[in-house]
Amino acid sequence: MSVTSEQETYPVAQFRKTYFEECAELLDALQSNLELLSSGQEDEETLHAIFRSVHSIKGGAGAFGCTDLVAFSHTFESLLDALRDNKIAATQEIKQLLLRASDALADIVNAARLEQQLPPNFAADISIAMRDALQSAGQAVEAAVGSVATETKSLGEQKYRIRFRPHTEMLKKANEPLLLIRQLRKLGTLSTEVDSSGLPALDQLDPEAAYFNWTFTLETAVQRSAIQDVFEFVEDDCDLEIELIEAAAGPAETVASEAGGPLASAVAAVSVAQSIRVDVDKVDRLVNLVGELVISQAMLTEQGLGLPADKYPQLIQGIEALAQSARELQESVMAIRAQPVKSVFARMPRIVRELAATLGKEVRIVTSGEMTEIDKTVIEQLNDPLTHMIRNALDHGIEPPAERAAAGKPRQGTIHLSAAQRSGRIVIEVSDDGRGINREKILAKARARDLVPAGASLTDEEIDNLIFLPAFSTADVISNISGRGVGMDVVKRNVQALGGRISVRSRFGQGSSFTLSLPLTLAVVDGMVVSVGRETFIIPLVAIVENLRPQTADIHPVVGRGHVLALRGEYLPLVYLHRVFSIGDAIGDPCRGIVIIVQSESAGRVGIVVDELLGQQQVVVKSLEANYEPVEGISGATILGNGRVALILDVARLHEIDVRGAAGRLPTPDSSKAEPPKDLIHAA
Amino acid sequence: MTKRILAVDDSKTMRDMVTFTLKKAGFEVAEAEDGKAALNVLTGSKFDLIITDLNMPNMDGISLIKNVRAGSQHRGVPILILTTESDGAKKADGKAAGATGWLVKPFNPEQLIATVNRVCP
Repeated sequence: MSVTSEQETYPVAQFRKTYFEECAELLDALQSNLELLSSGQEDEETLHAIFRSVHSIKGGAGAFGCTDLVAFSHTFESLLDALRDNKIAATQEIKQLLLRASDALADIVNAARLEQQLPPNFAADISIAMRDALQSAGQAVEAAVGSVATETKSLGEQKYRIRFRPHTEMLKKANEPLLLIRQLRKLGTLSTEVDSSGLPALDQLDPEAAYFNWTFTLETAVQRSAIQDVFEFVEDDCDLEIELIEAAAGPAETVASEAGGPLASAVAAVSVAQSIRVDVDKVDRLVNLVGELVISQAMLTEQGLGLPADKYPQLIQGIEALAQSARELQESVMAIRAQPVKSVFARMPRIVRELAATLGKEVRIVTSGEMTEIDKTVIEQLNDPLTHMIRNALDHGIEPPAERAAAGKPRQGTIHLSAAQRSGRIVIEVSDDGRGINREKILAKARARDLVPAGASLTDEEIDNLIFLPAFSTADVISNISGRGVGMDVVKRNVQALGGRISVRSRFGQGSSFTLSLPLTLAVVDGMVVSVGRETFIIPLVAIVENLRPQTADIHPVVGRGHVLALRGEYLPLVYLHRVFSIGDAIGDPCRGIVIIVQSESAGRVGIVVDELLGQQQVVVKSLEANYEPVEGISGATILGNGRVALILDVARLHEIDVRGAAGRLPTPDSSKAEPPKDLIHAA
Repeated sequence: MTKRILAVDDSKTMRDMVTFTLKKAGFEVAEAEDGKAALNVLTGSKFDLIITDLNMPNMDGISLIKNVRAGSQHRGVPILILTTESDGAKKADGKAAGATGWLVKPFNPEQLIATVNRVCP
């Protein structure tokens, strides 16, 4: 009666994966329902939903041998069960305990998923608190039952007499006496006697009632408990007597077993899957391969276009078709790797809860647009900046409850976290209803640090954005939770490294809103191909404002800082690429080459001097860090159609490098005063 | 004739595992994710066995069992409940509602098949 042969092909790993994916959803649901509970929604449905989440997590955990998880979720579940049955009141204390337990559960699930060992006594305090709560309510926690493998020890052959009288109730529950008899027969040699004396006359017979009694004699090597097990499902719905009439004699014999009925037949039908789960590595490999394909395609296209079209019409047609398919393929593959931002958003409530508790603030977090999808590579990089922004909102934005009450606001602050896709980028917004940015304070500070010239008048927006300057990263800016070392300049740098932008809007006394805009993928970049001497570079298209060839009169030397370009009344610093990268045979004169005006958050607007524009192209980004080593001013490399490697410029850093190179020569007080405010204002 | 089994559970993991095991053993399996969905599936379709979880949204396992036993079409069909409860209270509730037998989670494929064969004629 076993199907051991089936087990070999039982795809445990696959179920395990499904299980942990499901766990993530269950934990999310648990989280949000617990938050509902915390906010006073104590109805039965919420409690049931909370219970179910933990219950389902526990259910699967046993199947995959996650003993820590079973043990913890069992205690958790017991507490929830008692709560559900009103045996324990949902006091503030209990709610707090549930939230902590939910956080711990998430950690334990995670450890189980990664097959990591938890530190000894992990969350023991929470388990103990839960048990205490149960005990104080007179509820004992029974140990979680592990696997129910019944071991039937082989004894010598014994003889039992079994008297069995089914009740009608048993039949109503669809328990079939015949099946029980078959079960008994599997245990040994069975002889059966039926007593049909209870059978009424036909006209009085209820076809669904039980009238027969049986007396069995079973010669078997199994223990009495194995016989009882046969009647396990019916013991309350029958009269049953098991009597040993002849004790063990002679050696044990092997128990004959029948093959279970329909086991051997029929191959399982292949079900049509609507979604499949694929290893991320496989997708990454696919993305890389498609990248290579696009590069080869670009090479072919370049070669093909040099051919006379009238001579090779089909070849050229083929190349064009290939280009089309390659691009579509690339987009489709990138779409596979896209993931909802939910996975990152889901971590934020916990951060808010923990930090709010530390700071003694009352804060709730509301999220929206969690299902917005972006490339996995971006998602992975999103967590840190987002965490910083949330922390910042909690720390600097939201006021303590008393202060809020005094200002006529609800005691509980709210942080909104939202995501949306807008024109090829993802926009993430973190807004709070806290105190907002104190512009006077910021401006005073900026002036004190010489970051803003005395005469300059800045717009409100420009002042708000001063907080992204490195000089403001010290803790005493707006409020204070020092020691964390998180400055908004760090966030900004991280975001920019992702090709993103960050900005802030704020209303004093009413709150601030940080907006983060990121590219949907980091794997492909639309770029301008430019040449400097014999070198080719790519400038990301998103950074480019305009291209121009200036007149000599527009170029002004600034001592120690090279040249600036006068453009419609503004002075933009010029960066000579040939100088930054020491390229010998470049034109090097902006009036004979081209100036590309780029804009970046940190460096403002800068003119990059190149020899020639070669065209616009989508390029597949290859990491320099992964393939070579990080190079300042370069964010990556790509392979062009002609097979040559082109470096992708990190425009935000170029100016810095150039200035540093120049500053070594001769800084003048004049120029250092004239320049920074301009950068500052453009950065805003 | 191939026996048809309805597996009812709100957890996809559980449904997947039950379905996989049963199909492999030659049963035909349909799934439902709660009691309500199960009743819909049962309507107008004949099943030889129902395997159901107890804790589910919309309609839990106990209500499902009561509904099935109170109906006409599947009144006599064996129903197995899946339970993680070890204290017997849930089992008793399930039994009282008309469940034929139960299977305590976690179970392995053999246990599932053996239990199905115990109650499925």
